[in-house]
Amino acid sequence: MTHDTTTRPSAQIRHALQRLLPNMKIVAPVLVGVLLLVIWQMTCTLGHIPSYLVPAPSVIATQFVQDAPLLLGSLLATLKITLLAFLCATILGVLIALLFVQSPLIEASLFPYAILLQVTPIVAIAPLIIIWVKNMTAALVLCAMLVALFPMISNTVLGLRSVNSGLIHLFRINRASRWQTLVRLRIPSALPYFFGGLRISSGLSLIGAVVAEFVAGTGGNGAGLAYQILQAGFQLNIPRLFAALLLITLTGVILFGITDWMARICLRGWHESQL
Amino acid sequence: MMNTSAPNAAVVTPHTQPREVLPVPALSVKAVDKRYSNGTIALQAVDLTIQAGEFVSLLGPSGCGKSTLLKMFAGLETPTQGQLEWWGQPYSTTGATNGWRISMVFQEPTLMPWATIEENVRLPLDLAKMPRQRANQLVAEALSGVGLDKFAHALPRELSGGMQMRASLARALVTKPDLLLLDEPFGALDEFTRNRLDADLRNLWQQNNMTVVFVTHSIYEAVYISSRVVMMQARPGRVIANLPIDGPTLRDAAYRVSDPFMQQCKALSELISDAHHDAVH
Repeated sequence: MTHDTTTRPSAQIRHALQRLLPNMKIVAPVLVGVLLLVIWQMTCTLGHIPSYLVPAPSVIATQFVQDAPLLLGSLLATLKITLLAFLCATILGVLIALLFVQSPLIEASLFPYAILLQVTPIVAIAPLIIIWVKNMTAALVLCAMLVALFPMISNTVLGLRSVNSGLIHLFRINRASRWQTLVRLRIPSALPYFFGGLRISSGLSLIGAVVAEFVAGTGGNGAGLAYQILQAGFQLNIPRLFAALLLITLTGVILFGITDWMARICLRGWHESQL
Repeated sequence: MMNTSAPNAAVVTPHTQPREVLPVPALSVKAVDKRYSNGTIALQAVDLTIQAGEFVSLLGPSGCGKSTLLKMFAGLETPTQGQLEWWGQPYSTTGATNGWRISMVFQEPTLMPWATIEENVRLPLDLAKMPRQRANQLVAEALSGVGLDKFAHALPRELSGGMQMRASLARALVTKPDLLLLDEPFGALDEFTRNRLDADLRNLWQQNNMTVVFVTHSIYEAVYISSRVVMMQARPGRVIANLPIDGPTLRDAAYRVSDPFMQQCKALSELISDAHHDAVH
């Protein structure tokens, strides 16, 4: 804090910016968001745009408060499907990846089918799954899991293979067993890739859950957010549609944040991505 | 001595008394060829004997097969033709060498980035399932041997390149190896650090009863550090000369600028340029 910086205005501004800089990653996007909301609100109000076409943020907020019990109940239903699918995709993805790296023959025989899984649109097979699987929750979880599975498999396989060759030699010289090499070397080496897969799959689980609910179109008590969006669309209740949409988006962002935080905790200190 | 049911158990049984010098050489290489499937001849008709307790440098330009030969000594590569023996025995299919312990130091420090220096150095003992208390004792000894006792709980990235290499050396020494293999270990370091580590490695060799094979492409390093230099030449990789180094047992910084040192470096340089001359004409 020299005399210089307190007198010259340009230096003062620079100083204030520097102090803000650590918070820039939070402050900047929030400012952009607020600005966009203001523009949106003013366009709707000043342009007299009817709320059944584009509702103003204030209208959406009011509707959200009004429909809170309904929407939050639906959110819970969708969240249940999403988290179950995410969990299943993670466990199954890691198990399949571990199987693939056991032998090139296994990987060569099965990998094309994993790709098949990835390229088949879920909306095309969801009706079949819903017919075949009696339990609706199980059917929805299965659909969402199929969407989220492939990134888990491919990232974990890549990770399990991305082991420093010098360390492989070191383990061989020290006569490490297959199990020791897997637990002490391959799995830790794969962690950064695994978390990359986790981040992608978290979002895909949510997308999968919403798509599955759309296809299933189940209403009633356990209706998810997708059903609320469909219903709101039919009834031209566009503010509710937006409110439900907002909830889905927020859920996705939070899921992403959680996986990102987990990666940070686990890789902090040693992996380049978190330094 | 070898126990196939528990091959790891033999690896780290500590020496209780000094091992007697056996009449058999630590390593013997007879007419070894290494040909890769793409037709490259990495090694051709290599004959070499390394006595127990020797400090041998494999010196040569890149592509002369010195690293390949070292990997064979570690059991990581097998010869296409010819025979290799460790203390008069073949390397068994399980990788065990009849109770003799082999360690290797690579060109890079090759440390696990997620593990502390202590955990990295303890790895060979953990893999051999040595009880934690005994292992920690050996790790502490190895770390103080390379001057890293204060950095046991640091992560590799927190250490300089030279210190990472010291950790790598400690990990190789923690099993008290009979044969220590080093593949251009200090090549990436600055000259000051490299000279320090050369001197430290020589001291460690003298303190521990072991055979060392050291791969380098530096004439000065080879002459300073070893008791014998094996010169190799590329295309195809082969041994062209065996040169015992006459030098004092204790070699300090003054030895690096002494006349005998310079003369031996000169002799080696001439050997290289002769070999190069023969290869060109």
